[in-house]
Amino acid sequence: MNPDPFLNLDRVIHEKGRMAIMSLLAATPELSFTEMRNTLSMTDGNLSVHLRTLQEAGYVAVTKTFQERRPLTTCSLTPNGRAAFANYIELLSQFVDQHRRK
Amino acid sequence: MRRSATRVYGSCDPWLESPGYHHGLALRGKVSSYPKTDLRTVRLDNIALYCKVMAMDPNWAAEHLQVIRTLMERSAIYRRALAPVMLLLGILGITAGVAGWWFSVSASRAFGTYWIAVSIVGISGAYLMVRRQSLRDAEPFWSPPTRRVTLAALPAAFIGFVVSVLILQELPQASVDAGSLPPIWMALYGCAIHAAGFFMPRGMKLFGWLFIFAACTVGAALAFSWIPRSSAAGHAVMGASFGGLHLLYGIYLYFTEVRKNEA
Repeated sequence: MNPDPFLNLDRVIHEKGRMAIMSLLAATPELSFTEMRNTLSMTDGNLSVHLRTLQEAGYVAVTKTFQERRPLTTCSLTPNGRAAFANYIELLSQFVDQHRRK
Repeated sequence: MRRSATRVYGSCDPWLESPGYHHGLALRGKVSSYPKTDLRTVRLDNIALYCKVMAMDPNWAAEHLQVIRTLMERSAIYRRALAPVMLLLGILGITAGVAGWWFSVSASRAFGTYWIAVSIVGISGAYLMVRRQSLRDAEPFWSPPTRRVTLAALPAAFIGFVVSVLILQELPQASVDAGSLPPIWMALYGCAIHAAGFFMPRGMKLFGWLFIFAACTVGAALAFSWIPRSSAAGHAVMGASFGGLHLLYGIYLYFTEVRKNEA
C-alpha cells in the first residue's frame, strides 16, 4: 500500500468527530449546534472542541444569533472548508482505487 | 499487514522532507497544540501515522467514504417529531368529517370550501407545531430540511388547490357532486407526501402510497356506484382517509418514533 496519499490527508479533517461534522455540513447550507449534537450523539463539550478546531482551521463559520430571545448557534462550511473536504474525499477515493488495482 | 519496526522506521526518514511532512507541520493547531513541539515529536507523529495506516484494514478508505455518504444523507433528512403533527391532523380530520356530516354541509360549493378551510387549518396547525418544536430545541424553524420538504410537497398541493377552486367556481353547480372531490384530493395529497418523503424517514413514502391507493379505491367505488355520490359519503370518506389514516399513523409513530426530537 502506497502511503503517500495518506500523508496528504488533511489531519484536521481526518478525525472521526471532525470528519462527521464536515460530512453533515457538506450536505446542507447550515446546521444548528443542537441539530449536529443530536445527529452525531456528541456531548456539547466534545462538539464545541471539534468546532473550535475546524473554525481555527478556517473550515467552518459559526454564527451566533437569537431566535425568540433564545441563543441560536448555526454552523456552515466556508469555501476553504468545502475545498478541503472535497480534496479529502478525492484522496480517499485515490486510496480506494489503489487498493482495487492490487 | 505486519511490518517490522525497523522497516517502518527506516522508510519514514524521507517523509521528513516530503510535502506530507510540511503539510503535517501546518496542521492548523494539531501539532502546535502539543506542549513541547520539536522535530522528534513531528517525526514520531509521522511514524505513528505510518504504522497506523500500514496496520489498518485496506478497506478503511472505502469505509470512511461510506460513513461520509451516510452522514451526508442523514443531514439532508427531515427528522422533526412527526407523531404530534400526525395526531393533530388525524383528530382534526375526524372531527371535521363528523362536523360536516352533523351540520349537513351538503352543497357542493360549501363542501369544497369547508374542506379547503379545514386543510388550511390543518397545514397551519402542523407548521405551528413544528415551529414550537424548533423553538423548544433552540433550532431554526425554516431549516434546509423543512424547506426541502415544503418545496417537494408544494406542486401537488398547489394543483389540488387550483383544481378545487376551478371545479367549485367555474363549473355549473349542478354538474359537480361533492362526492367526487375526495379521491382527487387524496391522490394529490398522496403525491405531495410521497414527494416530501424523499427528504423524510422512509415510512412517509409508504404513507403517500397508502393515500394514492385509497384514492384509487374510492375512485373505483364511485365509478361503480358502490358508494353514493353524496356529501354525507364525501364527509365520511374525508374523515376516514385524512382523519383515520393520519390518526393511525400518528399512533404508530408515537410508539415507534425516537422520543428525542432530533431535527
